[in-house]
Amino acid sequence: MRYLPLSDQNRAEMLGSVGVASVDDLFADIPAAAKAKAKFDLSNTMSEMEVERVLSAVAAKNLNASQAPSFLGAGNYRHHTPASLDYIIQRGEFLTAYTPYQPEISQGTLQAIYEFQTQVALITGMEVANASMYDGATACAEAATMACRVTKRAKVLVSGSVHPHYRDVTATALRFMDMNIECLAPDPVGIEDLIGRVGPDLACVIVQTPGFFGHLNDYTALAEACHAAGALLVICVAEPVSLGLLKSPGAMGADIVVGDGQSIATPTCFGGPGVGLFTTREKFIRQMPGRLAGETVDENGRRGWVLTLSTREQHIRREKATSNICTNSGLIALAFSVHMTLLGEAGFRRLAELNHAHAALLADKLEALKGVKILPTAFFNEFAVQLSKPAAPVVEALAKRNILGGIPVSRFYPTYPELENILLLTATEMNTEADIDILVNALKEVLS
Amino acid sequence: MINTITTSGHRALQIEQPLIFELDTGGSTAVDLPAAPKVRTRLGDLRSDKPIGLPGLSEPEVVRHYTRLSQKNYSIDTGFYPLGSCTMKHNPRLNEKMARLPGFADIHPYQPQSTAQGAYELIDTLAHWLKTLTGMPAVAMSPAAGAHGELCGLMCIRTAHEANGQGARKLVLVPESAHGTNPATAALCGYRVESIPATALGRVDINAMRAKLSSDVAAVMITNPNTCGLFETECIEIAQAVHAAGAYFYMDGANFNALVGRVRIADLGVDAMHINLHKTFSTPHGGGGPGAGPTVLSAALAAFVPVPFVVRGANGFSVVEHAGTGAAQKSFGRMKGFQGQFGVFVRALSYILAMGVDGLRQASGDAVLNANYLRVKLSAELTPAFDGICMHEVVFDDSFLKNTGVSTLDVAKALIDEGFHPMTMYFPLVVHGALLMEPTETESKATLDQFIASLLALARKAKQGDQAEWFKGSPRLAPRRRLDEIQAARKPVLRWRKADVNVAVTKQAAE
Repeated sequence: MRYLPLSDQNRAEMLGSVGVASVDDLFADIPAAAKAKAKFDLSNTMSEMEVERVLSAVAAKNLNASQAPSFLGAGNYRHHTPASLDYIIQRGEFLTAYTPYQPEISQGTLQAIYEFQTQVALITGMEVANASMYDGATACAEAATMACRVTKRAKVLVSGSVHPHYRDVTATALRFMDMNIECLAPDPVGIEDLIGRVGPDLACVIVQTPGFFGHLNDYTALAEACHAAGALLVICVAEPVSLGLLKSPGAMGADIVVGDGQSIATPTCFGGPGVGLFTTREKFIRQMPGRLAGETVDENGRRGWVLTLSTREQHIRREKATSNICTNSGLIALAFSVHMTLLGEAGFRRLAELNHAHAALLADKLEALKGVKILPTAFFNEFAVQLSKPAAPVVEALAKRNILGGIPVSRFYPTYPELENILLLTATEMNTEADIDILVNALKEVLS
Repeated sequence: MINTITTSGHRALQIEQPLIFELDTGGSTAVDLPAAPKVRTRLGDLRSDKPIGLPGLSEPEVVRHYTRLSQKNYSIDTGFYPLGSCTMKHNPRLNEKMARLPGFADIHPYQPQSTAQGAYELIDTLAHWLKTLTGMPAVAMSPAAGAHGELCGLMCIRTAHEANGQGARKLVLVPESAHGTNPATAALCGYRVESIPATALGRVDINAMRAKLSSDVAAVMITNPNTCGLFETECIEIAQAVHAAGAYFYMDGANFNALVGRVRIADLGVDAMHINLHKTFSTPHGGGGPGAGPTVLSAALAAFVPVPFVVRGANGFSVVEHAGTGAAQKSFGRMKGFQGQFGVFVRALSYILAMGVDGLRQASGDAVLNANYLRVKLSAELTPAFDGICMHEVVFDDSFLKNTGVSTLDVAKALIDEGFHPMTMYFPLVVHGALLMEPTETESKATLDQFIASLLALARKAKQGDQAEWFKGSPRLAPRRRLDEIQAARKPVLRWRKADVNVAVTKQAAE
């Protein structure tokens, strides 16, 4: 087997050194009752070309976005990946390194994390960011539990603007910690009243911008109301490209900002792995979950970086840790950081402008259609539309025409019949005007 | 003492590299984009034109920046990485190539299910391998990493207890040798934690465990092979005692790589076990992640599996996405966005297919052989913490360093200058000054012999006496000498700021 360097001669010599007759003798501690008796009914070793053949055939069963115009989003976005980005993250020194516990020989990873933390803090308008969580949904759950720790309160309010996966994962986490959560109904029209619900029992209010249905909201007044009640405001950002163009959550007064960096870091990859972004105010750093890289000096006084404040973490604090997270999303955080570095301020703004322009162009063309109503008046690169008929069969009909034409909201909210006709559409820099015309013309036919 | 040998501060291939923020050339970008179509913008009053503060660099500058950073890292591609409990094995590039097929990389988790049949098939095929290799009837695929898989298992356990009228059970027992994620996970699941002592043979003290079992115990979490690198020989008896007390048996599968193809986990009496795809099935660690932690479940727990999960029907595959109805009637809910770590699944299946069941069995055998070879050869100077054969990793204590003034940490730092990544240090906690080494099956005998020669020489040097100062000065040849971790924690500087701003904020954070 090509991944195993020991030759039979090596094995024989080594068994001799160890003083046993066979490899099986090394497994003598295993009870006979648990030893695998019969051979497993699974395939044997394959050459590289055989594996490629098998997996390529499986991949070919999927309709991928390079074969069909795609307008899908809902927290997972298709953006262009610069060639140098994939080259850099495939360098073995990044790809095949472990967590940087030995700082003298991990300065590359540590400096990259420090740069990542700074970039994430800058674009969210926050003071500090950690080295990453698994994804946006788990980062949101961590924000809720951190808010409970900080405020010593046990109730969380979730807006109907929040991505249903973020909401569900947060609800799961809080339920098992015996905390309370109130989730408001999905809010496609953007009319819910949050300020009126803020009270002295709340640990935090969780909102999202751009919202799940595409609305853009300024949460400055909500932040003030939360702070007056001693609660924190958590703002989720599922599409961080929006931060190139929009008022930052930090500027609105958020105490914790979480999100998913997938859209900037990686292709859509069927939804994972992403990278959870987690930021907060400096005064809360000792309550933060996750790893942190910090600046220091070595014995010669030279600047360097280490993992720091690890007394918050499970390997030191065990059951009193701020989280159980160990493995995070390191390589995807690096990809996020490399892409942000490639873009720079000018490129990041231009990318955001381009996304919004394509979405606005799509909206302009859709507004000319009968049976389509765009719900948000302000949006970034994604918006909900109300159709004249149920959205799920419309999407199926579009798929038959080789178009990935949005996501029926009913797939997230099957128990809300009033959402049955709502379709979620996204346009990024990847959707050309020709793509947009294909979708609009097909939609016109399907709806007629 | 700053380097004064060169005017640049660089030392040949070791090149000092500033932060990207210090390289800012103002307004540059490495990404050229087409012009935006002229349209009416619809941003309401949320548009912001305030500067963000991101640096601008050209493509050659960015590529050089990260290439230079990469050269300051140790990695499995460049050398031996015997970190115990971390399983740093070779990461085949075939896996990366497969994960980048457009049919896997360029698909969306919410495209119509009829257009994603290959994705569901891939998840189902990987699930089939994991279930067959463990003999377990069900697997939850969505956990994102090992600790997340532990959480999945305990959430299934708590939900099962509540469904059976046993919700009052509030205690989880964890051996004192356990990885920190075990107690941290139990706490996140609403449980109190009590620890079980180890015997002098490095195993769970089954009598001490029995004494703690009661109607208050929800689960016992045991790592097997344990963090001392030893198989829990009384595992089946432990499972029987746990079940007799009405509790569930969680086996931490971080070390499953020692058992693949040789032990059927189901026959050990396990109710739940996570599998670290990034360890056992060789998906890259990436400097900290991502991983994936699918959790196999017994028949008693299978109904509580989190959503989403893939099911096979007459018309192909579909995915169950909502708890509380149909096949997910008893599901505890959702714990991860979308479909789990799909990109990691592709890499793991690529590795599994390449190895095959025969190759996987050979791999666990070679991993255990390599660890035992280290154990025997290093015992010439080092002191093994436990007698007898070990599994995939071996632990030494620091008694060989007694009265030398040299610590486990010092030996580890000296190994850096020898060109090796240090072993895991001071873990497990039950071994004094532990040095935990896991060679994995992808290291050659020649590499092991080199490592053994270096480590034995260092041990002999320490034992000579009067060498403490030399050891404390290690490493000398790495890109950095030892770093001041106390200062880093006392005055945390967690991000770059323009010089004048940084001083004020650092002061504030320190107060």
